[in-house]
Amino acid sequence: MSDAHDAQAVKAAVRKYLIIFGALIVGTIVTVLVSFVHFGEEGSNTINILVALAIASVKAFLVAGYFMHLISERKMIYGILLATVFFFAGLMYLTVWSMEPVNLVHIKADVP
Amino acid sequence: MEIPYTAKIRPDTGLYNAKLGIWLFLASEIMLFGALFSSYILLRVGAEPGTWPQGLLNVPLGTFNTLVLICSSVTVVLGWAALKMNQFNKYRIYQGITILCALIFMVVKSFEYHDKFVHYFVRLNDGTEMNGHIEGNPMFMTLAKLKQQNKAEFVFHPDAPKADHKEEGNAGVAHATMTIQTADVRKLESWGPWHNTFLAIYFTLTALHALHVIGGALVIFMIWGPLAGMWKTDPERYTNRVEVSGLFWHFVDLVWIFLFPVLYLL
Amino acid sequence: MQPKTHDTKHHDAHAPDHHELGFWQKYVFSTDHKVIGVQYGVTALIFMFFGFLLMMAMRWQIAYPGQPMPLVGGLLESILGDVASGGVMSSDLYNAFGAMHGTVMVFLAIVPLAFGAFGNLIIPLQIGAPDMAFPRLNMVSYQSYVVGGVIMMVSFFIPGGAAQAGWTSYSPLATLIPTDGQTYWLIGMIFLITSSLLGSVNVLATIIQLRAPGMNWMRLPFFVWAQFVTAFLLLLAFPPLEAAGVMQLMDKVFHTSFFLPTGLAVGGEFADISGGGSPLLWQHLFWFLGHPEVYVLILPALGIVCEILANNTRKPIWGYKSLVYSALLIGFLSFIVWAHHMYLTGMGSKISTFFQTTTMIISIPSVIILTCYFITLWGGSIRFNTPMLFALAFLPMFGIGGLTGLPLGFNFSDLHLHDSYYVIAHFHYVVAPGTIFALFAGIYYWFPKMTGRMMSEGLGKIHFWLSLLFMNLIFQPMFMQGMAGMSRRMADGGANYSQAVVGEGATLTDTIMHLNTTISWAAWGLALAQIPFIWNFFWSIRSGKKIESDNPWNATTLEWQTPTPPPHGNFVGPIEVHRGPYEYSVPGRSTDFTPQNEK
Ligand code: HEM
Ligand SMILES: [Cu+2]
Repeated sequence: MSDAHDAQAVKAAVRKYLIIFGALIVGTIVTVLVSFVHFGEEGSNTINILVALAIASVKAFLVAGYFMHLISERKMIYGILLATVFFFAGLMYLTVWSMEPVNLVHIKADVP
Repeated sequence: MEIPYTAKIRPDTGLYNAKLGIWLFLASEIMLFGALFSSYILLRVGAEPGTWPQGLLNVPLGTFNTLVLICSSVTVVLGWAALKMNQFNKYRIYQGITILCALIFMVVKSFEYHDKFVHYFVRLNDGTEMNGHIEGNPMFMTLAKLKQQNKAEFVFHPDAPKADHKEEGNAGVAHATMTIQTADVRKLESWGPWHNTFLAIYFTLTALHALHVIGGALVIFMIWGPLAGMWKTDPERYTNRVEVSGLFWHFVDLVWIFLFPVLYLL
Repeated sequence: MQPKTHDTKHHDAHAPDHHELGFWQKYVFSTDHKVIGVQYGVTALIFMFFGFLLMMAMRWQIAYPGQPMPLVGGLLESILGDVASGGVMSSDLYNAFGAMHGTVMVFLAIVPLAFGAFGNLIIPLQIGAPDMAFPRLNMVSYQSYVVGGVIMMVSFFIPGGAAQAGWTSYSPLATLIPTDGQTYWLIGMIFLITSSLLGSVNVLATIIQLRAPGMNWMRLPFFVWAQFVTAFLLLLAFPPLEAAGVMQLMDKVFHTSFFLPTGLAVGGEFADISGGGSPLLWQHLFWFLGHPEVYVLILPALGIVCEILANNTRKPIWGYKSLVYSALLIGFLSFIVWAHHMYLTGMGSKISTFFQTTTMIISIPSVIILTCYFITLWGGSIRFNTPMLFALAFLPMFGIGGLTGLPLGFNFSDLHLHDSYYVIAHFHYVVAPGTIFALFAGIYYWFPKMTGRMMSEGLGKIHFWLSLLFMNLIFQPMFMQGMAGMSRRMADGGANYSQAVVGEGATLTDTIMHLNTTISWAAWGLALAQIPFIWNFFWSIRSGKKIESDNPWNATTLEWQTPTPPPHGNFVGPIEVHRGPYEYSVPGRSTDFTPQNEK
């Protein structure tokens, strides 16, 4: 790993890291600015949520892909993460599905 | 026989043991935070329409902390790169900044927490509801505590109504400083996790995240300071340790990248 | 070529490489996987015994509700006070014992024994590794388990006693019971979960990284595969329960309302809470662990049974590849079936349909595994030794357990059976005469490797036949009780309820009620049946028949190619694997077994 060739590659990578640093900062500022604008229909902030999550996902991709070197990682790690993401998605999707408004009884009560 | 692949890479998997170990651990962390995120969504979707609180948190502070964590993530990776290029001193500086960032993050976070602990919700016997501060800014005051301390009255500074949320909050209620009789109070509680479900999940998520920040910073500090001697005796393994602790740190940053918009902005 | 046997001289010569360790380092703070495995095993067996004691006390209350307990009544009163006044078990105590029986058995006994003990002891040996990948983490994992266990035990003695809301700890009940038992339970669980996570990271890294040269994936003994999938389940399914535990802890300690709905009334008054939470959320997160957990309970057992079947039929396992793919499929699917435990929560019929479908699909790979085992028996010249007897009995017992799961997996039949004794019988068939039998088989099988001595066959057979008899006497009648409508978790064994409807239309008839007594006596009988085992275990350590070679069962897998007991670092020289795990009776060989490391 620590041969000279490797050191060269690392040197090149440093530039990339700095560019990504810039992108992450821009991403953060855009997220905040965008949150002051209301998209879509009155009374629904679905689009705002989607926009914010999309930007967050891009940032996450940059951090995971480049800082954590996932882009050039081994198959084994991909396998593990893929399984994890699948189960996470299942957990999130199925639990939220079970909360469909049809299935819910809202109890209105005079809380003390 | 010695345990193989503690520093060297196993040819067929392309990994050394600790790297595989940390990725497995991170997979379980994804499930941990994933479950909490799912709970957040479930609670929010299940809430009575229009009752989910928004805008309770301090956006500038949150933004600042986001930038701090991003900065620390960059210095971690630069520190590792410096080691790869055999520049130990540069690594020292970068990783020093990382640790500093972690400290700044925690200090800002504790200010945010403190703000919530001295912010109160009051409901009077006549049904009036107000949010604001108690004179002297005590933390965690409750009705029971007031009675215990035999305070017959206290001075209360209601919040000014927010410009963009005119219809909610304290609109209609006078927001001049007032004195409230303890006997008139039905309920008094600070904005801790007990106050509503949003604050509950906010405190749980951020406290768990803060524990990760503390843990990660401690490990990075140990490798940076007390254990740095290893650079001389076994540089390859030392670099691996820096890489592994760095992976953890990036993950902590990653969680925050999602926490910030979800809790502060949406 | 004969397998090398290593006499004592040989490994004496090997010993000086390692400097002598003191007692504490060698036995208490050891990082050697074998010592840690034994630590896990002994601790887990003690917990299993304890869990059994709790259940025996409960069985008295069920069979003879309200009568003072003989023998132990006075003792319980003097230790626990009012909850056992006059030696009679109060409902609170019954609930605490019930909750803790489940918790102890699942989290402190079976999983640590199957995964912690057998995993630690056997995996590195079978893959030809010198130790686990992270020995120090391994030690911390064991210690965290002990701490969790101690916290659970301490909770019996705090005011109000241990947790009372069942091992499933459903909120709001778990949150609203005013005593601190649940808080202890949650903190204990957090330690146990930490222990499992460290353990599973370790097992996965070990299997992936430390396989000996030549030990490619399709040459792994099935036991290793089973542990591999188990570790994945633990790694990814436990964190959501940890999240849920943290949230319930917040509910208990900081009075949040994660699991408490708006408008919750307690004792006719609105509770003083913010509300807005969801009881359903707890169930989702609990069962997201809970269902994979049941496969954590069964997979290692399937692995152990596989090793013993191959060894004692002297035949290769039939369908090795289908076993591996089935195990992987089970692991995968077990993450998306959890809500079949929640059909009665009113979560809606569409989502029920989804979970019914996945549940039916997951039973297929289980059946494949069992079928492969049965076919393996076909035409084998079977050796009926004690490990083999337990392994053989495992097959029909697990079969009964699994098949009775199907009616539970359809929501129309589950409406009737849910939360009844039928469910109790179903999962006990899988776990008690199932998993526990496999664990016994494993103990009898690997005992000589660890001690150099055999356990007594005679005592082993007594142990086996009596256990088989009593297990079935206990759990078989529960199916009938459950189908007749007897609910689980009733402190009087249904006595009051059976009075509600008598004569025409009564379902809890005298016959059904009388089974309570039968079951209880069988349970106490089962306890007696363990005496030969306990005696055998300790007696054989010192005085069992010495084994003549390192490979007394003439087995093929690598754990038998080490000195006995294996020294620190396990193998004497570098080891290389040349063949699959079950090469028994290969034509043209001088012996009927060919070890994996033989050319
Ligand atoms: C392969 C077929 C299986 C099916 C279709 C199945 C199905 C089910 C269902 C639907 C329930 C919920 C019943 C209810 O509460 O109304 C249940 C409960 C349970 N099952 Fe299974 N199961 C299977 C195998 C297993 C195995 C292999 C194990 C364990 C090793 C197991 C352990 C349990 C446990 C512990 C419970 C009870 C949980 C509780 O409520 O305390 N099951 N099973
Ligand atoms: Cu299940």
